[in-house]
Amino acid sequence: MALKASELKVGDSFSCTLVEDLKRTQIVQYAGASGDYNPLHTDEIFTKEVAGYPSVFAHGMLTMGMTGRLLTDTVGDGRLTRYGVRFTAQVWPGDDLSATATVTAIETVDGTPIAEFSVETKNQDGMVVLSGSAAARLDP
Amino acid sequence: MAVDRFPVEYSHIMMFARSVGDPNPIYHDPEAAKATEPGAVIAPPTFVQSSAQFDPDYVLRPKIGAPWFGSGKNPTGAQPGSGGGGNGGGLHAEQHYEYHRHPQAGDVLTATVKPGKSWEKQGRRGGKLLFQETITEYRDQNGELVVTARGIGVRTERPATAEA
Repeated sequence: MALKASELKVGDSFSCTLVEDLKRTQIVQYAGASGDYNPLHTDEIFTKEVAGYPSVFAHGMLTMGMTGRLLTDTVGDGRLTRYGVRFTAQVWPGDDLSATATVTAIETVDGTPIAEFSVETKNQDGMVVLSGSAAARLDP
Repeated sequence: MAVDRFPVEYSHIMMFARSVGDPNPIYHDPEAAKATEPGAVIAPPTFVQSSAQFDPDYVLRPKIGAPWFGSGKNPTGAQPGSGGGGNGGGLHAEQHYEYHRHPQAGDVLTATVKPGKSWEKQGRRGGKLLFQETITEYRDQNGELVVTARGIGVRTERPATAEA
């Protein structure tokens, strides 16, 4: 299910819905799996009354992890060579997120075709919450 | 975070994949994984972040018997003046991974950390922003480099929304 360089071109774009109505419980799941128990993500009382935010919010790494599914579903298992992002806005419980990966370059490195992608995840208001890039090995 | 021993385990990968909403069988079904190109259960792209579980000094995990800054009877368990409350230890601004290969269930990794650049910026709403880069190298049981991670954290003087 890997992508073929011969069938891919710059500008090709892949999208999917990552989550609808993000639940606090999923944020708790991510805290438990990742080991990042920062109360800002799971403890509404601390987050509002002590830290001064309107509510708990998702780990940036949860958004990066969810966005990673679009990449691995697109390029195939074990094909990513690079994945990097900037967290540009917070993700809140109740958010809907969708991600898009767009081919920005296809080149051959040491005989292996590699695709470069730009990656963007937006919320229900069209605000970009994650912006980055990735690269993956292709079949010829 | 520096970690002496980060065993990459099948059940941990399964829980991690569930938490990021990824139903791909390569993360939870060893039989199905055999038929894939990697041929085994591998870790999702951001899994190495969970090496925090194996860092004995990781500050964002409650330690048995030690004070914790989250709420209980009171909105925070931090003692006044301990510096443990506030904004909860900063926010994550960027994360970058380079995969030399993808970790598999059964690997035992180590993580070594090198501080990177640090810089300051004036935020629009959150006051002064202090950025710190950290480079973490994950190596396998044979000493081979598996993943290079570069993270950038930001500390804000006030709560920041939509600009970290």
